[in-house]
Amino acid sequence: MLTTETVAGAAGEASQKGMPQLNFATWPNQVFWLLVALVIIYIVMTKIAMPRIAAVLAERKGKIGGDLAAAEELKSKAKAAEKAYNLALEQARAEAAKIIVATKAEIQKDLNAAMADADAQILAKAAESEKRIAEIRAGAVQAVAEVARDTAGALVTALGGTADDAAIAAAVAVRLKG
Amino acid sequence: MAEEAGGLVIDPMHQFQIHPLFGEGPLTWYTPTNQTLWLGITVVVISLLMLIGSAPRKVIPGRTQSIAELLYTFIHDMVEEVTGHEGAKFFPYLMVLFTFIVTSNLLGLLPGSFAPTSHIAVTAVLAMMVFLTVTLVGFYKKGIGFLGMFWVSSAPLVLRPILALIELISYFVRPLSHSIRLGGNIMAGHAVIKVFAGFAGVMGIASVVPIAAIAAIYGLELLVAIVQAYVFTILTCVYLRDAVGEAHH
Repeated sequence: MLTTETVAGAAGEASQKGMPQLNFATWPNQVFWLLVALVIIYIVMTKIAMPRIAAVLAERKGKIGGDLAAAEELKSKAKAAEKAYNLALEQARAEAAKIIVATKAEIQKDLNAAMADADAQILAKAAESEKRIAEIRAGAVQAVAEVARDTAGALVTALGGTADDAAIAAAVAVRLKG
Repeated sequence: MAEEAGGLVIDPMHQFQIHPLFGEGPLTWYTPTNQTLWLGITVVVISLLMLIGSAPRKVIPGRTQSIAELLYTFIHDMVEEVTGHEGAKFFPYLMVLFTFIVTSNLLGLLPGSFAPTSHIAVTAVLAMMVFLTVTLVGFYKKGIGFLGMFWVSSAPLVLRPILALIELISYFVRPLSHSIRLGGNIMAGHAVIKVFAGFAGVMGIASVVPIAAIAAIYGLELLVAIVQAYVFTILTCVYLRDAVGEAHH
Protein backbone atom coordinates (compact mmCIF):
# COMPACT_ATOMS: atom_id res chain seq x y z
CA MET A 1 0.00 0.00 0.00
CA LEU A 2 2.70 2.40 1.01
CA THR A 3 4.77 1.56 -2.04
CA THR A 4 1.83 2.11 -4.33
CA GLU A 5 1.22 5.52 -2.88
CA THR A 6 4.81 6.63 -3.11
CA VAL A 7 5.07 5.40 -6.67
CA ALA A 8 1.84 7.19 -7.50
CA GLY A 9 3.09 10.36 -5.90
CA ALA A 10 6.38 10.21 -7.76
CA ALA A 11 4.64 9.47 -11.02
CA GLY A 12 2.16 12.27 -10.43
CA GLU A 13 4.68 14.91 -11.45
CA ALA A 14 6.05 12.85 -14.30
CA SER A 15 2.58 12.23 -15.70
CA GLN A 16 2.46 15.70 -17.22
CA LYS A 17 4.93 14.49 -19.83
CA GLY A 18 4.61 11.40 -21.98
CA MET A 19 1.56 9.29 -22.56
CA PRO A 20 -0.80 8.99 -19.59
CA GLN A 21 -1.45 5.46 -20.83
CA LEU A 22 2.14 4.51 -19.98
CA ASN A 23 2.03 6.00 -16.50
CA PHE A 24 2.08 2.66 -14.77
CA ALA A 25 1.42 4.25 -11.38
CA THR A 26 -2.24 4.56 -12.36
CA TRP A 27 -2.55 0.95 -13.50
CA PRO A 28 -3.55 -0.69 -10.20
CA ASN A 29 -6.31 1.88 -9.82
CA GLN A 30 -7.50 1.37 -13.39
CA VAL A 31 -7.42 -2.41 -13.13
CA PHE A 32 -9.31 -2.40 -9.84
CA TRP A 33 -12.14 -0.20 -11.02
CA LEU A 34 -12.32 -1.96 -14.37
CA LEU A 35 -12.77 -5.31 -12.61
CA VAL A 36 -15.46 -3.81 -10.39
CA ALA A 37 -17.28 -2.48 -13.44
CA LEU A 38 -17.00 -5.77 -15.31
CA VAL A 39 -18.25 -7.78 -12.35
CA ILE A 40 -21.30 -5.52 -11.97
CA ILE A 41 -22.08 -5.76 -15.69
CA TYR A 42 -21.60 -9.53 -15.55
CA ILE A 43 -24.02 -9.86 -12.64
CA VAL A 44 -26.63 -7.62 -14.30
CA MET A 45 -26.29 -9.60 -17.53
CA THR A 46 -26.33 -13.14 -16.20
CA LYS A 47 -28.69 -12.73 -13.25
CA ILE A 48 -31.36 -10.50 -14.77
CA ALA A 49 -31.10 -9.32 -18.35
CA MET A 50 -30.02 -12.40 -20.28
CA PRO A 51 -32.45 -14.92 -18.72
CA ARG A 52 -35.30 -12.50 -19.37
CA ILE A 53 -34.32 -11.90 -22.98
CA ALA A 54 -33.77 -15.62 -23.53
CA ALA A 55 -37.27 -16.30 -22.15
CA VAL A 56 -38.84 -13.64 -24.37
CA LEU A 57 -37.04 -14.95 -27.45
CA ALA A 58 -38.07 -18.52 -26.64
CA GLU A 59 -41.65 -17.43 -26.11
CA ARG A 60 -41.66 -15.54 -29.40
CA LYS A 61 -40.18 -18.51 -31.21
CA GLY A 62 -42.83 -20.75 -29.70
CA LYS A 63 -45.60 -18.33 -30.57
CA ILE A 64 -44.43 -17.95 -34.15
CA GLY A 65 -44.14 -21.72 -34.42
CA GLY A 66 -47.63 -22.14 -32.99
CA ASP A 67 -49.06 -19.53 -35.32
CA LEU A 68 -47.41 -21.16 -38.29
CA ALA A 69 -48.81 -24.54 -37.26
CA ALA A 70 -52.28 -23.02 -36.84
CA ALA A 71 -51.99 -21.39 -40.26
CA GLU A 72 -50.95 -24.72 -41.73
CA GLU A 73 -53.93 -26.41 -40.12
CA LEU A 74 -56.34 -23.75 -41.38
CA LYS A 75 -54.84 -24.08 -44.82
CA SER A 76 -55.37 -27.83 -44.84
CA LYS A 77 -58.93 -27.27 -43.58
CA ALA A 78 -59.58 -24.82 -46.40
CA LYS A 79 -58.18 -27.35 -48.84
CA ALA A 80 -60.46 -30.06 -47.47
CA ALA A 81 -63.46 -27.71 -47.72
CA GLU A 82 -62.57 -26.91 -51.30
CA LYS A 83 -62.26 -30.59 -52.07
CA ALA A 84 -65.66 -31.29 -50.51
CA TYR A 85 -67.19 -28.41 -52.46
CA ASN A 86 -65.71 -29.69 -55.70
CA LEU A 87 -66.97 -33.17 -54.93
CA ALA A 88 -70.48 -31.84 -54.26
CA LEU A 89 -70.34 -29.85 -57.47
CA GLU A 90 -69.29 -32.93 -59.39
CA GLN A 91 -72.08 -34.98 -57.86
CA ALA A 92 -74.64 -32.29 -58.63
CA ARG A 93 -73.44 -32.20 -62.21
CA ALA A 94 -73.71 -35.96 -62.54
CA GLU A 95 -77.20 -35.86 -61.01
CA ALA A 96 -78.24 -33.13 -63.39
CA ALA A 97 -76.89 -35.11 -66.34
CA LYS A 98 -78.82 -38.17 -65.21
CA ILE A 99 -82.02 -36.16 -64.83
CA ILE A 100 -81.52 -34.69 -68.27
CA VAL A 101 -81.09 -38.15 -69.79
CA ALA A 102 -84.15 -39.48 -67.94
CA THR A 103 -86.28 -36.53 -68.97
CA LYS A 104 -85.15 -36.84 -72.54
CA ALA A 105 -86.07 -40.54 -72.54
CA GLU A 106 -89.47 -39.80 -71.06
CA ILE A 107 -90.16 -37.08 -73.60
CA GLN A 108 -89.03 -39.43 -76.35
CA LYS A 109 -91.40 -42.09 -75.05
CA ASP A 110 -94.32 -39.68 -74.97
CA LEU A 111 -93.38 -38.43 -78.38
CA ASN A 112 -93.19 -41.96 -79.76
CA ALA A 113 -96.55 -42.82 -78.28
CA ALA A 114 -98.10 -39.68 -79.72
CA MET A 115 -96.51 -40.41 -83.10
CA ALA A 116 -97.78 -43.98 -83.07
CA ASP A 117 -101.24 -42.74 -82.14
CA ALA A 118 -101.18 -40.17 -84.88
CA ASP A 119 -99.92 -42.74 -87.38
CA ALA A 120 -102.71 -45.10 -86.43
CA GLN A 121 -105.31 -42.39 -86.81
CA ILE A 122 -103.84 -41.36 -90.12
CA LEU A 123 -103.89 -44.96 -91.30
CA ALA A 124 -107.48 -45.37 -90.23
CA LYS A 125 -108.51 -42.18 -91.96
CA ALA A 126 -106.58 -43.15 -95.08
CA ALA A 127 -108.22 -46.59 -95.15
CA GLU A 128 -111.65 -45.06 -94.79
CA SER A 129 -110.95 -42.54 -97.47
CA GLU A 130 -109.66 -45.28 -99.76
CA LYS A 131 -112.76 -47.28 -99.15
CA ARG A 132 -114.93 -44.35 -99.98
CA ILE A 133 -112.84 -43.58 -103.06
CA ALA A 134 -113.22 -47.22 -104.12
CA GLU A 135 -116.94 -47.04 -103.60
CA ILE A 136 -117.15 -43.84 -105.56
CA ARG A 137 -115.01 -45.34 -108.28
CA ALA A 138 -117.09 -48.52 -108.38
CA GLY A 139 -120.24 -46.40 -108.54
CA ALA A 140 -118.75 -44.36 -111.34
CA VAL A 141 -117.70 -47.46 -113.35
CA GLN A 142 -121.14 -48.94 -113.00
CA ALA A 143 -122.77 -45.72 -114.11
CA VAL A 144 -120.40 -45.46 -117.08
CA ALA A 145 -121.17 -49.07 -118.06
CA GLU A 146 -124.86 -48.38 -117.83
CA VAL A 147 -124.62 -45.23 -119.84
CA ALA A 148 -122.42 -47.01 -122.37
CA ARG A 149 -124.85 -49.90 -122.68
CA ASP A 150 -127.78 -47.55 -123.07
CA THR A 151 -125.95 -45.40 -125.55
CA ALA A 152 -124.74 -48.44 -127.46
CA GLY A 153 -128.25 -49.93 -127.50
CA ALA A 154 -129.70 -46.60 -128.67
CA LEU A 155 -126.99 -46.28 -131.35
CA VAL A 156 -127.56 -49.84 -132.58
CA THR A 157 -131.32 -49.23 -132.75
CA ALA A 158 -130.82 -45.90 -134.42
CA LEU A 159 -128.53 -47.48 -137.02
CA GLY A 160 -131.25 -49.95 -137.79
CA GLY A 161 -130.04 -52.98 -136.02
CA THR A 162 -131.54 -55.04 -133.41
CA ALA A 163 -130.27 -54.37 -129.98
CA ASP A 164 -128.95 -57.56 -128.41
CA ASP A 165 -128.66 -56.72 -124.79
CA ALA A 166 -126.28 -59.53 -123.95
CA ALA A 167 -123.96 -58.79 -126.88
CA ILE A 168 -123.93 -55.09 -126.09
CA ALA A 169 -123.20 -55.77 -122.45
CA ALA A 170 -120.31 -58.07 -123.37
CA ALA A 171 -118.90 -55.60 -125.85
CA VAL A 172 -119.08 -52.74 -123.34
CA ALA A 173 -117.47 -54.88 -120.67
CA VAL A 174 -114.61 -55.76 -123.08
CA ARG A 175 -114.21 -52.07 -124.01
CA LEU A 176 -114.25 -50.94 -120.39
CA LYS A 177 -111.61 -53.41 -119.45
CA GLY A 178 -109.32 -52.40 -122.30
CA MET B 1 3.94 15.90 -27.23
CA ALA B 2 3.05 19.54 -26.65
CA GLU B 3 3.45 21.64 -29.77
CA GLU B 4 4.60 25.27 -29.59
CA ALA B 5 3.80 27.53 -32.54
CA GLY B 6 3.32 31.16 -31.61
CA GLY B 7 1.04 30.67 -28.65
CA LEU B 8 -0.54 27.60 -30.17
CA VAL B 9 -0.36 24.90 -27.51
CA ILE B 10 -1.84 21.57 -28.45
CA ASP B 11 -1.57 18.84 -25.89
CA PRO B 12 -3.63 16.02 -27.41
CA MET B 13 -2.63 13.61 -24.66
CA HIS B 14 -3.82 15.77 -21.81
CA GLN B 15 -7.37 14.43 -22.17
CA PHE B 16 -6.16 10.99 -21.17
CA GLN B 17 -4.83 12.17 -17.79
CA ILE B 18 -6.18 10.23 -14.87
CA HIS B 19 -6.71 12.33 -11.77
CA PRO B 20 -8.58 11.80 -8.52
CA LEU B 21 -12.22 12.74 -8.77
CA PHE B 22 -12.25 14.45 -5.37
CA GLY B 23 -9.37 16.58 -4.10
CA GLU B 24 -5.77 16.46 -5.09
CA GLY B 25 -4.53 13.58 -2.94
CA PRO B 26 -2.23 10.84 -4.16
CA LEU B 27 -3.63 8.18 -6.40
CA THR B 28 -4.06 4.88 -4.61
CA TRP B 29 -5.53 1.70 -6.05
CA TYR B 30 -9.00 2.55 -4.77
CA THR B 31 -9.14 6.33 -5.33
CA PRO B 32 -12.18 7.18 -7.47
CA THR B 33 -10.85 8.94 -10.56
CA ASN B 34 -12.33 10.53 -13.65
CA GLN B 35 -11.91 7.11 -15.26
CA THR B 36 -13.84 5.51 -12.40
CA LEU B 37 -16.64 8.01 -13.05
CA TRP B 38 -16.88 7.03 -16.71
CA LEU B 39 -16.59 3.34 -15.94
CA GLY B 40 -19.51 3.90 -13.58
CA ILE B 41 -21.49 5.76 -16.25
CA THR B 42 -20.78 2.88 -18.66
CA VAL B 43 -22.06 0.39 -16.09
CA VAL B 44 -25.19 2.49 -15.47
CA VAL B 45 -25.93 2.92 -19.17
CA ILE B 46 -25.53 -0.80 -19.89
CA SER B 47 -27.57 -1.77 -16.84
CA LEU B 48 -30.39 0.63 -17.70
CA LEU B 49 -30.44 -0.51 -21.32
CA MET B 50 -30.46 -4.19 -20.41
CA LEU B 51 -32.87 -3.88 -17.48
CA ILE B 52 -35.37 -1.55 -19.16
CA GLY B 53 -34.90 -3.45 -22.42
CA SER B 54 -35.66 -6.80 -20.85
CA ALA B 55 -38.38 -5.64 -18.45
CA PRO B 56 -41.44 -5.48 -20.76
CA ARG B 57 -40.95 -9.06 -22.05
CA LYS B 58 -43.33 -8.31 -24.87
CA VAL B 59 -43.73 -10.68 -27.77
CA ILE B 60 -43.75 -7.66 -30.06
CA PRO B 61 -40.81 -5.61 -28.73
CA GLY B 62 -40.70 -1.87 -28.23
CA ARG B 63 -37.67 0.25 -29.05
CA THR B 64 -35.52 -0.38 -25.99
CA GLN B 65 -36.46 -4.02 -25.93
CA SER B 66 -35.48 -4.27 -29.60
CA ILE B 67 -32.03 -2.84 -28.87
CA ALA B 68 -31.46 -5.25 -25.98
CA GLU B 69 -32.67 -8.20 -28.05
CA LEU B 70 -30.61 -7.10 -31.04
CA LEU B 71 -27.47 -7.03 -28.88
CA TYR B 72 -28.35 -10.43 -27.45
CA THR B 73 -28.99 -12.14 -30.77
CA PHE B 74 -26.04 -10.41 -32.45
CA ILE B 75 -23.53 -11.73 -29.92
CA HIS B 76 -25.33 -15.06 -29.64
CA ASP B 77 -25.13 -15.66 -33.39
CA MET B 78 -21.49 -14.56 -33.43
CA VAL B 79 -20.54 -17.02 -30.70
CA GLU B 80 -22.49 -19.86 -32.32
CA GLU B 81 -21.07 -19.17 -35.74
CA VAL B 82 -17.42 -18.63 -34.85
CA THR B 83 -16.87 -20.72 -31.74
CA GLY B 84 -19.40 -23.41 -32.47
CA HIS B 85 -21.80 -25.09 -30.11
CA GLU B 86 -19.08 -25.79 -27.57
CA GLY B 87 -18.46 -22.09 -27.09
CA ALA B 88 -22.04 -21.31 -26.13
CA LYS B 89 -21.18 -21.24 -22.44
CA PHE B 90 -18.88 -18.28 -23.05
CA PHE B 91 -21.81 -16.30 -24.39
CA PRO B 92 -22.39 -14.23 -21.20
CA TYR B 93 -18.68 -13.45 -21.02
CA LEU B 94 -18.66 -12.18 -24.62
CA MET B 95 -21.87 -10.29 -24.03
CA VAL B 96 -20.15 -8.41 -21.18
CA LEU B 97 -17.06 -7.79 -23.29
CA PHE B 98 -18.93 -6.43 -26.28
CA THR B 99 -21.43 -4.27 -24.41
CA PHE B 100 -18.69 -2.86 -22.18
CA ILE B 101 -16.36 -1.99 -25.05
CA VAL B 102 -18.98 -0.60 -27.40
CA THR B 103 -20.66 1.48 -24.70
CA SER B 104 -17.37 2.80 -23.37
CA ASN B 105 -16.19 3.66 -26.89
CA LEU B 106 -19.43 5.47 -27.75
CA LEU B 107 -19.66 7.32 -24.43
CA GLY B 108 -16.05 8.40 -24.95
CA LEU B 109 -17.19 10.29 -28.05
CA LEU B 110 -19.33 12.64 -25.98
CA PRO B 111 -17.59 16.02 -25.76
CA GLY B 112 -15.72 16.35 -22.46
CA SER B 113 -16.06 12.68 -21.64
CA PHE B 114 -13.42 10.08 -20.98
CA ALA B 115 -13.04 6.76 -22.74
CA PRO B 116 -11.73 4.01 -20.42
CA THR B 117 -10.98 1.91 -23.51
CA SER B 118 -8.40 4.50 -24.62
CA HIS B 119 -6.15 3.25 -21.82
CA ILE B 120 -3.88 0.32 -22.44
CA ALA B 121 -4.33 -0.75 -18.81
CA VAL B 122 -8.02 -1.37 -19.47
CA THR B 123 -7.61 -3.08 -22.83
CA ALA B 124 -4.67 -5.09 -21.52
CA VAL B 125 -6.77 -6.47 -18.69
CA LEU B 126 -9.54 -7.35 -21.14
CA ALA B 127 -7.05 -9.02 -23.48
CA MET B 128 -5.22 -10.86 -20.69
CA MET B 129 -8.54 -12.17 -19.41
CA VAL B 130 -9.21 -13.57 -22.87
CA PHE B 131 -5.68 -14.97 -23.13
CA LEU B 132 -5.85 -16.67 -19.74
CA THR B 133 -9.34 -18.01 -20.41
CA VAL B 134 -8.29 -19.48 -23.74
CA THR B 135 -5.11 -21.02 -22.31
CA LEU B 136 -6.72 -22.48 -19.19
CA VAL B 137 -9.84 -23.74 -20.97
CA GLY B 138 -7.68 -25.17 -23.74
CA PHE B 139 -5.54 -27.19 -21.32
CA TYR B 140 -8.58 -28.17 -19.25
CA LYS B 141 -10.52 -29.41 -22.27
CA LYS B 142 -7.77 -30.98 -24.35
CA GLY B 143 -5.01 -31.57 -21.81
CA ILE B 144 -1.60 -31.75 -23.40
CA GLY B 145 -3.32 -32.09 -26.76
CA PHE B 146 -3.89 -28.34 -26.66
CA LEU B 147 -0.24 -27.99 -27.65
CA GLY B 148 -1.08 -29.81 -30.88
CA MET B 149 -2.37 -26.46 -32.03
CA PHE B 150 1.26 -25.39 -32.48
CA TRP B 151 2.24 -28.53 -34.38
CA VAL B 152 1.07 -27.91 -37.94
CA SER B 153 0.49 -31.46 -39.08
CA SER B 154 -0.36 -30.44 -42.64
CA ALA B 155 3.13 -28.96 -43.21
CA PRO B 156 6.22 -30.97 -44.22
CA LEU B 157 7.97 -32.52 -41.23
CA VAL B 158 11.09 -30.38 -41.62
CA LEU B 159 9.11 -27.17 -41.40
CA ARG B 160 7.05 -28.17 -38.39
CA PRO B 161 9.49 -27.14 -35.63
CA ILE B 162 9.98 -23.74 -37.27
CA LEU B 163 6.24 -23.29 -37.70
CA ALA B 164 5.71 -24.39 -34.11
CA LEU B 165 8.07 -21.65 -32.95
CA ILE B 166 6.26 -19.06 -35.09
CA GLU B 167 2.88 -20.26 -33.87
CA LEU B 168 4.05 -20.11 -30.28
CA ILE B 169 5.33 -16.55 -30.65
CA SER B 170 2.13 -15.47 -32.39
CA TYR B 171 0.13 -17.06 -29.60
CA PHE B 172 1.88 -15.01 -26.95
CA VAL B 173 1.73 -11.84 -29.03
CA ARG B 174 -2.05 -12.19 -29.25
CA PRO B 175 -2.92 -10.36 -26.00
CA LEU B 176 -0.55 -7.54 -26.98
CA SER B 177 -2.05 -7.00 -30.44
CA HIS B 178 -5.53 -7.65 -29.06
CA SER B 179 -5.22 -4.87 -26.47
CA ILE B 180 -3.20 -2.33 -28.44
CA ARG B 181 -5.51 -2.61 -31.46
CA LEU B 182 -8.46 -1.42 -29.38
CA GLY B 183 -6.66 1.05 -27.10
CA GLY B 184 -4.59 2.52 -29.91
CA ASN B 185 -7.57 3.05 -32.19
CA ILE B 186 -9.62 4.85 -29.57
CA MET B 187 -6.67 6.90 -28.31
CA ALA B 188 -5.58 7.94 -31.82
CA GLY B 189 -9.06 9.07 -32.79
CA HIS B 190 -9.44 11.19 -29.70
CA ALA B 191 -5.95 12.67 -30.10
CA VAL B 192 -6.58 13.59 -33.73
CA ILE B 193 -9.83 15.33 -32.84
CA LYS B 194 -8.00 17.21 -30.11
CA VAL B 195 -5.27 18.33 -32.52
CA PHE B 196 -7.83 19.68 -34.98
CA ALA B 197 -9.69 21.37 -32.15
CA GLY B 198 -6.42 23.06 -31.14
CA PHE B 199 -6.04 24.41 -34.68
CA ALA B 200 -9.63 25.61 -34.69
CA GLY B 201 -8.98 27.67 -31.56
CA VAL B 202 -6.42 30.00 -33.20
CA MET B 203 -7.37 30.13 -36.88
CA GLY B 204 -10.14 32.72 -36.69
CA ILE B 205 -12.58 32.55 -39.58
CA ALA B 206 -10.51 29.88 -41.30
CA SER B 207 -11.24 27.52 -38.43
CA VAL B 208 -14.20 26.35 -40.51
CA VAL B 209 -11.75 23.95 -42.14
CA PRO B 210 -10.58 22.14 -38.97
CA ILE B 211 -14.15 22.15 -37.63
CA ALA B 212 -15.36 20.46 -40.80
CA ALA B 213 -12.49 18.01 -40.44
CA ILE B 214 -13.51 17.31 -36.84
CA ALA B 215 -17.08 16.61 -37.98
CA ALA B 216 -15.79 14.17 -40.61
CA ILE B 217 -13.41 12.46 -38.19
CA TYR B 218 -16.15 12.26 -35.60
CA GLY B 219 -18.25 10.27 -38.05
CA LEU B 220 -15.29 8.01 -38.70
CA GLU B 221 -14.71 7.60 -34.98
CA LEU B 222 -18.32 6.50 -34.49
CA LEU B 223 -17.63 3.75 -37.00
CA VAL B 224 -14.29 2.92 -35.34
CA ALA B 225 -15.92 2.74 -31.91
CA ILE B 226 -18.36 0.07 -33.07
CA VAL B 227 -16.02 -1.76 -35.42
CA GLN B 228 -13.26 -2.05 -32.81
CA ALA B 229 -15.70 -3.45 -30.26
CA TYR B 230 -16.85 -5.94 -32.89
CA VAL B 231 -13.27 -6.84 -33.83
CA PHE B 232 -12.27 -7.37 -30.20
CA THR B 233 -15.27 -9.62 -29.61
CA ILE B 234 -14.96 -11.68 -32.77
CA LEU B 235 -11.22 -12.18 -32.19
CA THR B 236 -12.08 -13.42 -28.73
CA CYS B 237 -14.47 -15.89 -30.35
CA VAL B 238 -11.76 -16.99 -32.78
CA TYR B 239 -9.28 -17.53 -29.94
CA LEU B 240 -11.87 -19.42 -27.92
CA ARG B 241 -12.40 -21.76 -30.84
CA ASP B 242 -8.76 -22.83 -30.47
CA ALA B 243 -9.53 -23.84 -26.92
CA VAL B 244 -12.89 -25.59 -27.34
CA GLY B 245 -13.37 -26.32 -31.01
CA GLU B 246 -11.74 -28.83 -33.29
CA ALA B 247 -8.29 -27.92 -34.55
CA HIS B 248 -8.41 -25.79 -37.66
CA HIS B 249 -4.73 -25.95 -38.59
